[in-house]
Parts: sequence; C-alpha cells; structure tokens
Amino acid sequence: MNDILKLGGREFTNRLFTGTGKFRSRSLIPKMLEASRSEMITVALRRVDFDEGSENILEFIPKNVVLLPNTSGARNCDEAVRIARIAREAGMGDFIKIEIITETKYLMPDNEETLKATKILSAEGFTVLPYVLPDLTYSYKLVDAGAAAVMPLGSAIGSNRGIRLKEIIEMIIENIDIPVVVDAGIGRPSQAAEAMEMGADAVLVNTAISIADDPVSMGRAFSMAVEAGRLAYLSRMGEETRTANASSPLTGFLR
Amino acid sequence: MSFLGTVEKYENFGFDGYFASVTDDDVKKSIVKEKLTEKDLLNLLSPSAENHLERMAKRSHELTMQYFGGVISLYIPLYISNYCSNGCVYCGFSANNSIPRKKLTLEEIEKEALIIKKTGIKHILVLTGEAESTAGFEYVKESVGLLSRHFPSISVEMFPMSTGEYAELKTLGVDGLTVYQEVYDREIYKRMHTSGKKTDYLSRLECPERGAKAGLRLVNIGALYGLGDVRKEAFMNALHAKYLDDKYPDTEIAVSFPRITHSEGNFKPPHELSDWTFVQFLTAFRLFLPRVSLNVSTREKALFRNNILPLGITRMSAGSKTFVGGYAESEKGDVPQFDISDGRSTEEIIRSIKERGYQPVLKDWEPVK
Repeated sequence: MNDILKLGGREFTNRLFTGTGKFRSRSLIPKMLEASRSEMITVALRRVDFDEGSENILEFIPKNVVLLPNTSGARNCDEAVRIARIAREAGMGDFIKIEIITETKYLMPDNEETLKATKILSAEGFTVLPYVLPDLTYSYKLVDAGAAAVMPLGSAIGSNRGIRLKEIIEMIIENIDIPVVVDAGIGRPSQAAEAMEMGADAVLVNTAISIADDPVSMGRAFSMAVEAGRLAYLSRMGEETRTANASSPLTGFLR
Repeated sequence: MSFLGTVEKYENFGFDGYFASVTDDDVKKSIVKEKLTEKDLLNLLSPSAENHLERMAKRSHELTMQYFGGVISLYIPLYISNYCSNGCVYCGFSANNSIPRKKLTLEEIEKEALIIKKTGIKHILVLTGEAESTAGFEYVKESVGLLSRHFPSISVEMFPMSTGEYAELKTLGVDGLTVYQEVYDREIYKRMHTSGKKTDYLSRLECPERGAKAGLRLVNIGALYGLGDVRKEAFMNALHAKYLDDKYPDTEIAVSFPRITHSEGNFKPPHELSDWTFVQFLTAFRLFLPRVSLNVSTREKALFRNNILPLGITRMSAGSKTFVGGYAESEKGDVPQFDISDGRSTEEIIRSIKERGYQPVLKDWEPVK
C-alpha cells in the first residue's frame, strides 16, 4: 500500500516519531531506531554539545533519520525562535518542534506564545511542528500561521495516561487539513494504535519507549501498533454501537 | 506570606508524638498514594518508615524513571574565593578559622575554567564565601561574566543577594542559584551562626525565593544534616521545596542532602544522618515531590553514590575540589571547605554512571541571549 506522510518536503512511510530524552544510554538510540524503523526523531537543542571533543548526541542518530530539533527550555516565543535559529545554524536542518513551557508541574505548553513563534519561524522557512494543548480554534490559527502539522498532547508529557483529550483531538483531526501528530502522554502501544485509529497522521512517543526495560523491543512494539492503527483507519473500521449487529444483515433477503 | 509562615506553623508541632503514632499501615498507605499530603510526608519521614525502605525505593525509582528517565545531570563546583566574614561554627571557611585566604584573579579563573571544560561538563557551580569588601558583588559579576564565555549553564552558591542582583547576574549568564538554609530550627540557627550577615535567618530563608523571582531557572535548596533533628529538618526542607515549586512554576527546584563531614575547626555535629536514614529521606522526597531534582554531591562516598543512583537521584557533582584554585594547582596546605569522600576523577565518575546503566548528561542548557 502506498501510504505516505508528506511533511516539509520529506516523505515518511513510518508514522512513529520518536525522541532521544530519558534513555539510560545513548547507544540504545540507534538500536531503537533500527528496530522501530522510525524515520524522525526529536532532539532537545539544549542537550546538543557541538564543542570539539565532547560527546555529541547527534552522532547516535543515523543519517537517514530526519532530525526534529525541539525548543525544550524555551519559556516564550522569543526564546523558542532563537533556539530554532541556533539549531538551523548548527546544521540540524529546517524541521523544528516548538515547545514552549512556563509551567513545570504538568509541563503544559503555552499555545499563545507557540502561535507567535510558529508565525515567525514558518516565515523564515522552517518546517514548524508546534506542540500544543489541543484546541480547535488555535489549530485553525496555526494552519494560518504556516504550521506544517499540529501536535496536540494526548495527556501530560511523560504521564503515560493515554489519549485523555480524545474528544478535542478528534475535532482537530476531522477539521484540520494539515497533518495531526499526537504528541505526549502515550504510554502503551495500544494507546498509539488508538490515536492512529482515530485518524491521527502520526504519533510521537518518547518516554514510554526510552524508559522501558527493553527500549529496543518497545520501539518495535510501538511501530507495529502504529502500523496496525493506521491500517485499521484506512480500512474504515466499523462504527461502535450498543446493539448487536449481525454480520449477515437481517433484511438482506429483500435486496 | 513567605515560607516563614510555614516555619512558624510547625514550630510548636509535636513531631516526636506524631512520629511515635505512625503505624506500618500508615506508611504503606502513604507510599502508594498518588498525591501526598503533609501528613503522608511525615509518615514517610518517621522512624516507622525505616522498615519499608525497599517499597519506598521501588516507588521512588519508578517515579524518577517516569519523570526524568535514566539520566543523571552532572555539574562541577568551582571555588573562586574563601574569604568570609561569617562565623559558622561548622564551616572550614568560617571567619573564626585562621586559614590561608585566597581569591582567584580573573586570569586564574579562566585557567580553572579551561581545565574544567576539558571534562566535557558544561554546568558549573561557582562558590564564594561572604566577604563584601574582598569578594563582593562586583567581583562576582566579573567572574561569572568571564565564565559565561565557557559554560552555557552557571549556578552560584555565594551569599544571599537581592532579587535585583540575581536579575543582574542572570543577564551575565547565571541561570541557577544554590542556597542551603543549613538549619530550619531558628534556635539552632542562632547558635550555629554566631557572627556576620548570615546571622539573619529570614534573609537566608527568603533567598531562594528572590532567585526564583529574578527568573533564574534552577533553584537548589537543602538542609545541612547534623545541625538539627534530622527528621524535622528534612520535613521543613521538603515543605520549603514544595512551597517554591508551587509558587514559582517556571523555576526548576532541586534539593540536596548535605551531611556534615570533617571540616576545619573540628566541629562535632550534635545529630547524625545515617546512610539508612539518608536513603529514607531521598525516597520520601521523591514520593512527595515527583518532579523535583534530587542532588547528591561528592561529600558522599563513591560506593554510596553509585548505590543510590537508582533511588531517585537526578543530579550529581563530579570531580569536585573544595578549595580555591583546586583544579589548576593542588598546592599542599590549602584548606577545603569540607572534606570530599568521592575523590574519583570526572572521567571515572562518568564511566561508573554509565556502568550502572544511566546516561550522564554533561550539557543540558543552551543560553539564548
């Protein structure tokens, strides 16, 4: 099946995006990428050390995987924009995940500042993937601002609580013309499958993979779940109903 | 209301009576709760909880993995001056000790910086005593300004400053503040701090808050264990961390658990924090404050540091020299602020963290100016 996700001039056949944080060892990252066949991975610019002689996290990411630098640590639009520019100047490409957080308890993104940064960075030619609290109105505004995708959170980062904000994410999926990537909160492969069944274009999973006892196998498990969920969505699953539905219609003889 | 209100609230609380009333059942319930109250914290800090250390450790490990992952952030302390006008009875740099005093010149600071930088660790903690006339705010500004050319992340552990001063340091590249209350018990505080500006309890208590108000992104607090009753001190310190965490959501709060080691002046601490109780406190803090960074320094022995890695630690010092100019030259006769127990080199520390199955993080900040 020819099911390709297009983002920023790149084509993705695998719809699981991954992250680099929280791994017990950086050497697990390339192994996880190989097992999951994930084609895009996010990296916090704050953790990248370009100094000579330092261990550079980018060396653990194979060249065929698209880098998605993120603005972790940014507390407002201005900081996010600066971090994005530093990432591009450092040769990390044009993709940028905008992550603006001023609240460290639940790590909720600041949609207002994120929208401003999206406008500025997309005008500068970045492929902008904004991480937001799901909100349909904001999603429309992000489209107008030039976002390449919308990345609503399923629940708080690292919480493993799943797609708690399902209703709103469904509204966004139904109404927004750019790709929707469910980011944050996905703790189990079944939840990733759920997001894909809902019609999400991709999911981004970090914590659930990186802190598993075996992150490599877990990466593979997530990839399979994403594929299954996507296939189910494309195959147009049956509607969920309260009454029993015989596989052979009762009124079939009339036709 | 500052944190003083909480200090006052608990000043006449019957800690001993409460601790004695805590049952095994109380402890077990507190361990599995999702949101812990002050009472749960007391239960976990009680002597009864010492029988449930394994359970607490497991829960602490789970929470730490969930919120921080398998990573340990590293930093290196840099002492730039040991001049001090405070008389703290437990400290090697106390004004009452006649020790050789030294203050690094900017040239010497640069030399230290270049050596530290070679380790790959990009977070430093800059320390001085409190000496307005010899190593005051102007000297601090010059020093951190220079260091910011080499390090993306700089914390200061010096003397209490005003919000305005912290804001000024922020513009020069400082992003973190470490300040220990030493002891929350006001009576003991008075006895331990006999002269100098540090006699001002309230100014010190409100110091972390001034740093947070100035927009510093990391504020590290702690109680110096040994000065007061360890359980009460741990309780007040945890509440202090919670107070700051609630009030300043855009500042990351960290907690250290310094225990008194040998220092100049041969101070004998009236209380003791055993390894066992140390682990109890560490895990109790993690259960009460899942998102707060927990920091352990080279005051602790190498083996102990290795063993507590999975119990909730997220931040560690490495390759520490606790005397002025310690990295460039290790002259004999230089007096440390306190004795370090983990004398391994930075490379050794990094290697053993990896061997223990954790990822040492050497750089975790990119300043945007």
